[in-house]
Amino acid sequence: MSVETKSSEKILEAVNAAIEKFGAKQEELIPILNEVNRQLGYIPTEAMEEISRRLKEPKSSLFGVASFYHMLSTKPRGRHVIQFCESAPCHVVGGREVFEALKEELGLEANETSPDGKWTLITTSCLGVCSVGPVIVVDEDIYGNVDARKVPEILARYE
Amino acid sequence: MKMARSMVLVSSDPISMQLGAQEVFQALQDQIKAFGLEDEISLTMVGDVGRHDALPLVIVYPEAVIYGPVTPEKVPYLVEEHLYKGRIAEELVASVRELSGRIAWLHARKGTLPAEQRIVLRRAGIIDPTSIEEYILHDGYMALGKVLTSMTPEEVIEEVKKSGLRGRGGAGFPTGSKWGFVAREKSDKKYIICNADESEPGTFKDRLILEGDPHSMIEAMAIAGYAVGADEGYIYVRGEYLLAQERLKKAIQDAHEMGFLGKNIFGTDFNFEIHIHAGAGAYICGEETALIESIEGKRGQPRSRPPYPTTFGLWGKPTVINNVETLANIPPIINNGADWYRSFGTPSSPGTKVYTVLGNVNVTGLIEVPMGITLREVIAIYAKGMKDGSNFKLAQTGGSSGSIIPASLQDTPMDFDSYAKAGVSLGSGALLICNEDTCVVDLAKVLLNFFRVESCGKCNPCRIGTQRAWEMLDKISKGQASLSDLDKLAELSENLYMLSNCGLGQTAGTPLRDILNYFRAEVEAHIRLKICPAGVCKMEEMIPQP
Repeated sequence: MSVETKSSEKILEAVNAAIEKFGAKQEELIPILNEVNRQLGYIPTEAMEEISRRLKEPKSSLFGVASFYHMLSTKPRGRHVIQFCESAPCHVVGGREVFEALKEELGLEANETSPDGKWTLITTSCLGVCSVGPVIVVDEDIYGNVDARKVPEILARYE
Repeated sequence: MKMARSMVLVSSDPISMQLGAQEVFQALQDQIKAFGLEDEISLTMVGDVGRHDALPLVIVYPEAVIYGPVTPEKVPYLVEEHLYKGRIAEELVASVRELSGRIAWLHARKGTLPAEQRIVLRRAGIIDPTSIEEYILHDGYMALGKVLTSMTPEEVIEEVKKSGLRGRGGAGFPTGSKWGFVAREKSDKKYIICNADESEPGTFKDRLILEGDPHSMIEAMAIAGYAVGADEGYIYVRGEYLLAQERLKKAIQDAHEMGFLGKNIFGTDFNFEIHIHAGAGAYICGEETALIESIEGKRGQPRSRPPYPTTFGLWGKPTVINNVETLANIPPIINNGADWYRSFGTPSSPGTKVYTVLGNVNVTGLIEVPMGITLREVIAIYAKGMKDGSNFKLAQTGGSSGSIIPASLQDTPMDFDSYAKAGVSLGSGALLICNEDTCVVDLAKVLLNFFRVESCGKCNPCRIGTQRAWEMLDKISKGQASLSDLDKLAELSENLYMLSNCGLGQTAGTPLRDILNYFRAEVEAHIRLKICPAGVCKMEEMIPQP
């Protein structure tokens, strides 16, 4: 698999920066994990071990937290993450067709990453921009009023 | 503040930004300068304005003309016509048909539409959310000043109780009583938490308050802190709401600099601090005890209640947790009094409610209207009717945990008690309005899929029940179920309600109950006739049993 994994150096750097920013306290665990996730795209095992050591928290409870929240990933993801909203408001205005188009265009099922490491497709609950449903989010860009025909055009914007 | 001849506002909600609001702003700035009008015209960004069909919008006051969608290319013409020559650029005006929310209300003043009643959103879309000066200019921090200098904590709680304000997060618990419980507790430390983890599907009212009027949260939390004796507050914001987090951060910083937060506020001995805690994506964290666990840095799994957060909350201390919309009602209640507040809405549910109107209607978006208006009114007046002349079939209220409302209930007043009496619930304020192309089995399947994904997994009835219910609905949607499965489904709904630990599991069975109550014939058609009357579900051949 050519999905990029991070070097030890980069991981340590990200962990240090996050702990520096929020402090080595247990109640700051979620912001720290969030920050590491944002920097690296996911939370590698090495990062988890380092945070565990610095916060004096068992690895098991860290993994418990990291695997609980949708925004945190313990597995490497593609360069671009596509989130598709599968909640009812998007569903009744044509979301299903959009999802079919996404899957076909990418050749991926939900929660899969493309072999070239470019795309990860995930489904998500409501993103709170329902008045322009169906909605997809690519990385941090929101696309509203998406229909199946627009999908290739949206995807073409990403390198 | 310098008074300008005209005020020009550019919508800056995430969708507008996506569609190029920043470029439009830049173009306006350049053009205004080119005409030498920079001293006469103030140009600002505003938060969400409640409509989404013609973004980005440019609003020009005092004429209250709304232009949209505006592109940078159209800006020179707009500036020349309206701001320089003083004529309205008719061809750029947004069409009335697409108007909703606050903007529709502006037109209402011209006599074409009934007015909305805006209390919590009165400033959103009017002021620059990043400017504390504009907030103050629009009565901001007046209520905080009033309570700190002329009211005792008991009087504040009494006023909130008298107003009849009930929690807007979904449960409708009286806010004054909640404050009273915490005020009564003897503790060296108490907390105020603002629940801004808005994740009910279809609900985005809190986001608009946070983005459009962030200081109102700070003011309301400080008032709550004074009333119950707390000196520290947390705003738990949904992780996905990046713009809201940014605006809140700025607002807290500015409030500190101006002395509305920190030590000795208004020269009294009252101190108050607010922290922002961003979530990391979990629907369950909207549940108050799960939210507390999450602030403490743990998995967001609900605690067993009692003890309630009012006695054992954040780090074991007495804690008030209020929804964003609830808190936004506090400053106006203090400023205008409980009697004024009671003049809106119904006797048992005073005030207004913010609804997000979605689905197969002509105009989607956000409205704030008095409690007690009916679904029929919302559809006819604010949503401008069903899309393409289709017929109303059902509405799903309050995100996933609300109810499925059939047409027979569309004249029931939307307030806490009338809905409870009819056996349905108002929920968080999302109104997903569906036409006859919606299949109830398919809809219930989507809702249950949501619950099975979002269930935290702590208690068995919810973790397993939501999964099993989804499987059964899947079977029905494929034409592979038998009638006895419907009895099992009804039983499952009952079990989820009776046995689950928290609100998520307890309400997860509601869609099942509702479709069996109101749409049984349609559900049975999937089983008896193996057809989907709405033409949505794809029937599969029955797999022969070995």
